[in-house]
Amino acid sequence: MAKIVGGITTSHIPSIGNAMANNLQQDDYWKPLFDGYGPVKEWLEEVKPDIAIIIYNDHGLNFFLDTVPTFALGCAREYFNDDEGWGIPTLKSVEGDEEFSWHVVQKLIESEFDMTICQEMKVDHGFMVPMNLMWGDKDTWPVKGIPLAVNTVQHPLPSALRCYKLGKALKTAIESYPEDAKVVIIGTGGLSHQLQGERAGIINPDFDIETMDKIVNDPEWLTRFSNAEIMEHAGTEGIEVIMWLVMRGALTDKVKLIHKHYHAPVSNTGAGILVVENDE
Amino acid sequence: MVWNKQEYDHIPGTYVFDGRKSSMGYRLNKMCMSFNNKENREVFANDMEAYCRKYELSEETTKAVLTGDWLQLLRLGGNIYYLAKVAIFHGQSVQDACAIMQNITTDQFKQKLLDNSAGIAEKKNKAGGFYG
Repeated sequence: MAKIVGGITTSHIPSIGNAMANNLQQDDYWKPLFDGYGPVKEWLEEVKPDIAIIIYNDHGLNFFLDTVPTFALGCAREYFNDDEGWGIPTLKSVEGDEEFSWHVVQKLIESEFDMTICQEMKVDHGFMVPMNLMWGDKDTWPVKGIPLAVNTVQHPLPSALRCYKLGKALKTAIESYPEDAKVVIIGTGGLSHQLQGERAGIINPDFDIETMDKIVNDPEWLTRFSNAEIMEHAGTEGIEVIMWLVMRGALTDKVKLIHKHYHAPVSNTGAGILVVENDE
Repeated sequence: MVWNKQEYDHIPGTYVFDGRKSSMGYRLNKMCMSFNNKENREVFANDMEAYCRKYELSEETTKAVLTGDWLQLLRLGGNIYYLAKVAIFHGQSVQDACAIMQNITTDQFKQKLLDNSAGIAEKKNKAGGFYG
């Protein structure tokens, strides 16, 4: 049977990808962020997941605004990164797992989450930066990757509560897969940032720090916020934190905190890292 | 015909990208999407105005594209992730564009980010349980 070995949250800021491409991890500006990933990598070495489900949003690579799925799952054999038009490096493709994906998507749809099913899906920095942060120092990706895209770009977006419930359905879907597989769930994006308007540049460390604590100990706290309220606290792009709730919903109600890290500003954002395990 | 009022309308200095904006900015964002292709970028760089015409952008939108008037482009329905694909032609990053939206320099914008992040070490200590 497939088993969820834990969950991770991470930012997916494109400039992190550039910093890695230019080997700036020890640079004064970047070190406080990259130091936070050491314990994440150690944990991954220990649990050795076979599959990573990465919850992210597309920023205009695979999906254009002609068709915006609220939730989409990759069901492909391989996922390709590609030119996003503004000069971030294109990374090597990631192997998928069709049988696993199709099982998951079937179970999700049976649980009334009407996923969009993608047999071809280009994955942008939202997916690749986390892959690179976790396993970029290896010659080949040591895990299969499965993209789960959430619309956090064009409102109306799914609510925080809906994302949390999707996570719960995801848990059931994964744990009913008959073959042995160790699965890690990675919720990406956030934390507070706003990239547009006169209000651009807001970072709200108080809200971020509280959110991180609640994601671990009381995730339902965040599900009581409307998207407008989250944007008011965390900025328009800070709404990405709803994707952390998909990860959190897929874990047990109580979790064991393995690692926690926060730094700001990273590029324009507050960057939070969590590693949690099921507590059963 | 009327656009619904939204719960986020009152947030100052904020242009939430919703149906109203996306509908208004569709052709602009579609043009930006075409810049994922290198050949299209070359054609655009060669004659930006002609390229905007091909996408049937309004005069107002075309002018804002050519001058890099990001605030105006937000008002006209541009989405920031798509506008980032235009900013690069002006030699600008998203951070530069954010500064221009507020009529400040990029250094001032970076300072704003630092100011907003002030005191995080103490805040983390106070919250407890942080390892990093």
